[in-house]
Amino acid sequence: MRDVAIVGTAQRPSQIETNLTSVELILPVIHEALTKVGIERSEVGFWCHGSCDYMSGQPFSFVAAVDAIGAWPPIVESHVEADGALALYEAWVKIQTGECDVAVVFSNGKTTSGPIDRILTLQADPYTVAPLWPGFDAMSALQARVCLDAGVVTERAMAEVAARSLADAKNNAVAYAKGDHSVDELLARPYTVAPLRAHDCGLPVDGANAVVLAAGDAARRLAKRPAWIRGIDHRIDTQRLGARNLTESNSARVAAQHAGVGHDKVDVAELLAPYTHQELLLRSALGLDADKTRINPSGGALVANPAMAAGLARFAEAAEAIFAGGADRAVAHCTSGPCLQQNLVCVMEGE
Amino acid sequence: MAERCAVVGVGQTNHTSCRADVSIAGLVREAVDRALADARISIDDVDAIVIGKAPDMLEGIAMPELWLAEALAAHGKPVFRVHTAGSVGGSTAIVAAQHVMAGIHGTVLTIGFEKQSDGNAMWALSVPIPFGMPVHAGAGGYFSPIVRGYINRSGAPSHIGVMVAVKDRTNACKNPYAHLHEPDWTLEKAMETPMLWDPIRFIETCPSSDGAMALVLMNEERADRHSGPKAWIHGTSMRSEPTAFAGREQVSPRAGEMCAEDLWRKAGITNPAKQIDVVEMYVPFAWFEPMWLENLGFAERNQGWRMVEDGLTEMTGSLPVNPSGGVLSTNPIGASGMIRFGEACMQVMGKAGEHQIDGARKAVGHAYGGGSQFFAMWLVSSDKP
Repeated sequence: MRDVAIVGTAQRPSQIETNLTSVELILPVIHEALTKVGIERSEVGFWCHGSCDYMSGQPFSFVAAVDAIGAWPPIVESHVEADGALALYEAWVKIQTGECDVAVVFSNGKTTSGPIDRILTLQADPYTVAPLWPGFDAMSALQARVCLDAGVVTERAMAEVAARSLADAKNNAVAYAKGDHSVDELLARPYTVAPLRAHDCGLPVDGANAVVLAAGDAARRLAKRPAWIRGIDHRIDTQRLGARNLTESNSARVAAQHAGVGHDKVDVAELLAPYTHQELLLRSALGLDADKTRINPSGGALVANPAMAAGLARFAEAAEAIFAGGADRAVAHCTSGPCLQQNLVCVMEGE
Repeated sequence: MAERCAVVGVGQTNHTSCRADVSIAGLVREAVDRALADARISIDDVDAIVIGKAPDMLEGIAMPELWLAEALAAHGKPVFRVHTAGSVGGSTAIVAAQHVMAGIHGTVLTIGFEKQSDGNAMWALSVPIPFGMPVHAGAGGYFSPIVRGYINRSGAPSHIGVMVAVKDRTNACKNPYAHLHEPDWTLEKAMETPMLWDPIRFIETCPSSDGAMALVLMNEERADRHSGPKAWIHGTSMRSEPTAFAGREQVSPRAGEMCAEDLWRKAGITNPAKQIDVVEMYVPFAWFEPMWLENLGFAERNQGWRMVEDGLTEMTGSLPVNPSGGVLSTNPIGASGMIRFGEACMQVMGKAGEHQIDGARKAVGHAYGGGSQFFAMWLVSSDKP
């Protein structure tokens, strides 16, 4: 395997109901990421984009994104109908083939321009589940209820996740929700989809981000302290909720094993947990001890959840922790599908 | 640096306008089961699955690979989704191959599918665009001015498109999987079909199909131990450019030329028209055959139509194009590119049956998408690179 690292990132501050197009969302973050790293577009050997047509309300919505890249002369480029974190995976694969040394990955999510709870429900079985419109939050609430009944999580532990995330978000310029709240104050709030309260659910925002990947010597040239990808893997479970043990995430556990999370201590973990109980399940699946590993110092998806960009945001945050020297070994994670169905886990290290 | 990769199994569905007998999962499984049987392996032998399809709105399922994971027995495995517009079937096969070439997985299953009867592709391609300029023309309306541009500048006679269409529909009769089996077309009859988007006639357009294609790819170590015929990948290439800008060459886009140039360089091809035995080319409207012959470097500028007129692209010609019947005879959008890539493999594996080109050793699969702006190609051979 070639040594590949994240060498630069850019994230757009979260907004609610922006009127910008996807191109207008993406263009500034691509420019910022390239400027930070100090390279020209012509030096990029591969571009990969993550987004979701249903969120844009338009088929082939990603086509316009090549305008944000300025794809002339023509470029080598691809797109995933998924979070930008999966686009990062494709770029990592591309660099491993030796076909290029530098890649730019980007994603955008205008989560507030449509009913995201209903849009994500369209991921469900189109014959037997989606026509019932269960709602994505409600499917997650079902999982939370199973976990509470099994004693795997408590409502207090869930509120503690929310309180910590909102407090940490005060230091994150791209976060939307932030502030100091006591656990008791949060627990006194009403349920929105029982047993979930509003603060238990990721906050839909509009956002975009970009990450620059580079191999070997190029990475050393472009960054003082590259965030080297030491392991990366993704796995899927069946979607059928009745066929899964919802109190754990099998695919997250297997992906973490293949990525080598447990081989050494983890200083920082950025987990895409759109619901508080899911952070608790992911910590367990990845074998992370919250006393030894700083979990989601960015505030995570609970304070800003631009769907399809929130996973790549975790990669950006984990890499920035390594750039700044605050972490020597970091984990970035992305999930998609109902109840942690699909999971991508990556281990990064500084040198 | 990159590992060698070979296709060892090809499977496709019986394509038709409405596969009411199967669900979407059933359609996908039909192709997958045939590909696995062709490769003589089971789903348990597959390390990772790479799925592509065109817009999710064609069937109304967001990210259907998540739901399909169960039908593919994929739990505990990596499932990766690609979406690059009409070129997606080709791009998906390339991404799958890269998983092998990068040394990450030894056996990869890749799938392209579309069940267009579950939705309305014409509607899905023409919805009003928030914050953007609506086209409201469908694909035919979008491409007809480009075809007209080609005819004007090349001086091609008006029957060339019809010749391509009759050839592809005739070829499709030799392909049991093709959607359209229409043996009785003559040039005269075809010229009388209605003009849909001037200068594109009814016969010069592709159908709307339900269908899927699946391929099994292996690394060199496993492919060497595999006793069946193989299609070794000698090169893959992708190029993209913006939809519109002042002065953009839309008849022969630069991205398509660069994609082909890159592929020829990687595969050591110096004279494509001589060295390539058969091409499966993405031709959804008949006039794109001469246009792509020029764009890919098989013909000089404005001369592609002469190859058609001289019959060189027929199955008996020096450069057979689309012996399968092509997109003009079968078009499940998200699968169409992979059908081109898979049919190219079948030719060099000697598995194309009645539409086999005798002695084919080097074959090209080609796909394009968007406003003639996304290109994907691969070159496969019966010989190891």
